[in-house]
Amino acid sequence: MLPAEHDVRRIIGDGDLVADGEVDGLDETALLDLYKAMILLRTYDERSVVYHRQGRIGTYAIFWGHEAIQAGSALALADEDWIFPSYRESAIGLLRGMPPETVLAWWRGHPAGWWDPREFRLASITVPIATHVPHAAGYAWGAKLKGESACSIVYFGDGATSEGAFHEGANFAAVMRAPVVLLCNNNQWAISTPLEAQTRAESLADKAAGYGMPGVRVDGGDVLAVYEATSEALDRARAGDGPTFIEALTYRSAPHATADDPSAYWDEERVEEERRNECVGRYERYLRRVGVLTDELAEEIRADALGRMKAGIAAAEAMPPPDPEVVFAHAYVDPPPGFRDG
Amino acid sequence: MAERTLVEAVNDALHVEMERDGSIMVMGEDVGRAGGVFRATAGLRDRFGVDRCVDTPLAEAGILGTAIGLAMAGWRPVCEMQYESFSYPCLDQLITHVGRYHWRTGGAMQFPLTIRMPTGGGVRAPELHEDSPEAYYVHTPGVKVAIPSTPADAKGLLAAAIRDPDPVVIMEPKALYRSPRGEVPEGEHVVPLGKARIAREGSNVTLVAYGTMVQTCLDAAEQLDASAEVVDIRSLKPLDEETILASVGKTGRVVVVQEAPRVAGFGAEIAAVIAEKAILDLQGPILRVTGYDVPFPYWSIEHEYLPTPERVAEAATKVLAY
Repeated sequence: MLPAEHDVRRIIGDGDLVADGEVDGLDETALLDLYKAMILLRTYDERSVVYHRQGRIGTYAIFWGHEAIQAGSALALADEDWIFPSYRESAIGLLRGMPPETVLAWWRGHPAGWWDPREFRLASITVPIATHVPHAAGYAWGAKLKGESACSIVYFGDGATSEGAFHEGANFAAVMRAPVVLLCNNNQWAISTPLEAQTRAESLADKAAGYGMPGVRVDGGDVLAVYEATSEALDRARAGDGPTFIEALTYRSAPHATADDPSAYWDEERVEEERRNECVGRYERYLRRVGVLTDELAEEIRADALGRMKAGIAAAEAMPPPDPEVVFAHAYVDPPPGFRDG
Repeated sequence: MAERTLVEAVNDALHVEMERDGSIMVMGEDVGRAGGVFRATAGLRDRFGVDRCVDTPLAEAGILGTAIGLAMAGWRPVCEMQYESFSYPCLDQLITHVGRYHWRTGGAMQFPLTIRMPTGGGVRAPELHEDSPEAYYVHTPGVKVAIPSTPADAKGLLAAAIRDPDPVVIMEPKALYRSPRGEVPEGEHVVPLGKARIAREGSNVTLVAYGTMVQTCLDAAEQLDASAEVVDIRSLKPLDEETILASVGKTGRVVVVQEAPRVAGFGAEIAAVIAEKAILDLQGPILRVTGYDVPFPYWSIEHEYLPTPERVAEAATKVLAY
């Protein structure tokens, strides 16, 4: 299994020199489900930037261009598998049926943005970098010990691989042979810090070798490659062969968050080039080439996603202001006396 | 009742609780094959198997971080931090997640983790084996903290911690691990969190302490001409203010004793509670006897750092003069 794969896996061609491939077992419905998921995420993201500018949500971490990674991996999961998101995957719950207003409420700083992780098999959004990698390892290990078949997937960025928590989580996952997929969204930026200032490793997938787990490198703009790699990793996990590290290589061609001004540090030409090759457009062109997507269907899917977002922001804005009592409601299950003294 | 050492009482509690509840798992460095560097977990691996008494990789943040995931999967982890000073890496998980995850789920999920660790000095060990970091833990919202000073309380407070629906840190004074022995109830024994213990009754001055400093206060009481009451608070959070305030109400004089460095230590919290709620009962200032604002010294001079009965008696004498 070692060393890690260095060739970046790719399935979607370019309609010219690179031929299109396919993923075994993905029928027309499944191909369209991936597309719908990407459109839902893209719509969520683009609308959220607008809502932020309109003052309707707070600071927001943009994931424009990461839809292939999120949709491709999330749709490869079984329903019982748990997702451990970073803030970059804040809206991934939408792919599990979470209403947009829940995620919007989170970004509005409203406690209606809390959820029961069991409802969607989705852990809370993790703000500190990489600290949830051990959680995903622990969950998968714990489920395995109970004889359950559930796996977990944890999302983190390239910067997270510099954190100790990433290392401890990855090592625990490997030692316990926990059925977990470590999905590194390598968008080559940690706010303003480029990948070359983050690591001297030639590829992040190489890190897997040090943990004794397979490292796989995929084109993070290719939803089918991400889907295939995640499916294979989950098959391994369910077969009892432990974790897999997937490096999904992409390029962050949007600001880190609404509060970020990347003009100070990024290369506009490179960004323009990446935006022309962004993942939703690539997949859309693929679907048209293989005859699965028509203009009418694409329009219908976009309209549906937009309708859900409009309903979502309306629902989020219709929520009553939180009861101040909520400050105390959930700090403890059994609170100590005096915890309300301030 | 059996005579046990404090560490034997811890071991007993783990056996009894793991027998009672099949979802409890013990995890930590050297807890399985070796039975723990202090033997606190001896016998658990043989009795309950390798899945419920787990030798983990050497990674304290990983231990506590995976314990969060284990709790999400339905386990009730009891994590051992090998020494209090080695627990510092786990503060990241403790502060960012352990104390907040229940809150973050809007109360939907519980995280009934227990974190055990030896604490304190007086054992002639190398650097960073003798700290008293309870203030870091008790300052973390969502987390409870208890420190036993007797074998019976070590068993009972640990059982209470394991059964508690919130995360609880149990700090076991390692200087007391092997002596003295004490009577420990057989079978299930729970000492509820949030109840202080009057370790010695008295009427002229109150000495408030926890952990190793309880015995220091008892020894100081013997040196005094006046009648000293010693309150072993046992549980730092929840804190039994009632027992402390009742004692202060009776004596009107108080000395708070902690082994930890003075600045922003838990003794300051106790002093503040007394000042806020019992100022009119006081006949003199609230005095503290504590460690100093310095790194815990190398062991050949650790006795120069640790509060002694003489220092406590001196402070008590001073406040008795008012």
